[in-house]
Amino acid sequence: MTHDKDRLLSFYHRMLMIRQFEERVKMMFLEGIMPGTIHQCQGQEASAVGVCFALNEKDVITSTHRPHGHAIARGLSVESLMHELFGKSTGCCKAKGGSMHVGDLDQGMVPAIAIVAGNIPLATGIALSYKMRREPHVAVSFMGDGAINEGAFHEAVNMGAIWKLPVLYVIENNRYAASTSIEKMTALDKLSDRAAGYGIPGVTIDGNDVEAVYEATQAALAGARAGDGPTLLELETYRITGHSRRDPCNYQPPEERELAVKREPLGRFTGKLLEAGLATQAELDEIAAAVETEIDAAVESAKAAPEPLPEDALEDVFA
Amino acid sequence: MSNEPRTLMYREALNEALMEEMRRDDTVFVMGEGIAERGGSYKVTAGLLAEFGEKRVIDTPLAEASFTGAGIGAALTGMRPVVELLFIDFALLTLDQVINQAAKLKFMTGGQGNVPFVMRTQGGTGNGVAAQHSQSLEAIFYHAPGLNVVMPSCPHDAKGLLKTAVRHNDPVIFIEHKLLYMNEGPVPTDDYLIPFGQGDIKRRGSDVTLIAWSNMIPRSLTAADKLAAEGINVEVVDPRTLVPLDKELILDSVRRTEHVVIVQEAVRRGGVASDIASIIQAEAFDYLDAPIEIVAGLNTQIPFNLTLEAACVPQEDDIIAAVKRAVYA
Repeated sequence: MTHDKDRLLSFYHRMLMIRQFEERVKMMFLEGIMPGTIHQCQGQEASAVGVCFALNEKDVITSTHRPHGHAIARGLSVESLMHELFGKSTGCCKAKGGSMHVGDLDQGMVPAIAIVAGNIPLATGIALSYKMRREPHVAVSFMGDGAINEGAFHEAVNMGAIWKLPVLYVIENNRYAASTSIEKMTALDKLSDRAAGYGIPGVTIDGNDVEAVYEATQAALAGARAGDGPTLLELETYRITGHSRRDPCNYQPPEERELAVKREPLGRFTGKLLEAGLATQAELDEIAAAVETEIDAAVESAKAAPEPLPEDALEDVFA
Repeated sequence: MSNEPRTLMYREALNEALMEEMRRDDTVFVMGEGIAERGGSYKVTAGLLAEFGEKRVIDTPLAEASFTGAGIGAALTGMRPVVELLFIDFALLTLDQVINQAAKLKFMTGGQGNVPFVMRTQGGTGNGVAAQHSQSLEAIFYHAPGLNVVMPSCPHDAKGLLKTAVRHNDPVIFIEHKLLYMNEGPVPTDDYLIPFGQGDIKRRGSDVTLIAWSNMIPRSLTAADKLAAEGINVEVVDPRTLVPLDKELILDSVRRTEHVVIVQEAVRRGGVASDIASIIQAEAFDYLDAPIEIVAGLNTQIPFNLTLEAACVPQEDDIIAAVKRAVYA
């Protein structure tokens, strides 16, 4: 691997930030102090970080109902996210979006789209606008494995292919569409085989290896920027938490889950950093302490932040 | 430059609006099925490919949901797409993108980003194309907050409203009518825009306020001429945009005439006419001399047979009868 130590530690820092953010949110949710519902990404941190760290500042991602990791990986502050999840007017979407719609256009993230596959045409159109204006940016559409059976997926990937748009279609294959196993939804072993049907490259890699994700994304982005069109990138991963609030995951066989926990990206990457002598435990502890402090501060400020006013409901909508 | 109006067809006026806006602003582009080489089923996009090239005049695959979504995505990142849906019936395939995405993006995100997206489509009955090519579905879009709903009834309004639509920073559903494309009318030579939310009185009258839009306007004007011969003076009000709705123009007319007839081609149940009636009774109840008459499509599908088709939507005689009921009640 050619990454320098700073990059590897920044991978670690951001993956840990996602994990700890999600764990804290889960706890507060179960305590009943956080409203609405949540869809979390524990176990999928490497795909968010590996992809987003390969992007340029002006590239744009579109996300799904499971967007917290993408948002943190793309650089949204934990504070603006936490405020949004608490429904405070200081959140990234002024309390209008909540967990399922977090985003910030100025930070290169279209507010998340909670209709499965609904974001794929949008990313395709964003890429179309880049191509029309000859701008060097790329649009990235994250999706879960469930999205690939929606019509919007087929239509949009086909359009990206025929018009050779600068777009990257990223499947985070966590093996379950909510509670339904991938084996019940497709006859394919590799979801990236779908790419052949659209005449574009399809790549499947270990989505729990952050460095591999980063490198595969860089390669796909280079193709997109060179005018070669989209790549369908499948990142094999696993969700080691529920689909949504209070989901006990009874559909995940215990042995499968145990194996997945052993393969989860953060622990693996930590082990690698220590074993290869790329970081000391003390350095990692220091990062972890900083992460905790930042999350603590975000929670405290979110609790104290102002509620929106009822009349705000009529703002930002063309009635 | 003289501003003598010329006579143009509705489709020519729409074409001129697109030409002018595409010349004015490089970010405007059009996209849809068979709109480039073929120039669209009703020739609204004829000539655009020759002038602006295939990068800005794009023939799409048959994938309504996603080329609509792609237009919305492009709009979110600085372009001004005008997406054509061949029939409003096909727009049902796009409802996730239009109602869940385009209409909500600005709101859900606390005001980040505009969606200057126009969907041009056409609806209505009149040439025997049956149940899946004849619907009047404006109420679906009217019902969803976040969408402008525009329904021009004549060439002049079609051009001025489409130009406004292209320049608007929020999504616009621009609904044309298949029977209006060949209708002719005066169109100014000079550049002009018609603001949204500004209705037009198509015929002055003192006895009854008749509110209609799209193809029900020419039909109502013919009915009004016949009623005038019988001594009933009908004021025909065309809101032109259903969202935003020019309430004041409607209420002002109602206060003067004290009688109301609303004519819509769409089915009666859950229609825009019912909503306008509710606004009038809430805000001008004391002025009403008679119950509000609604003339609307039957609560059924549009049949293929032309006699049956005509039976399903308001005709001149239905309008005349309703006006008489309102006035003589």
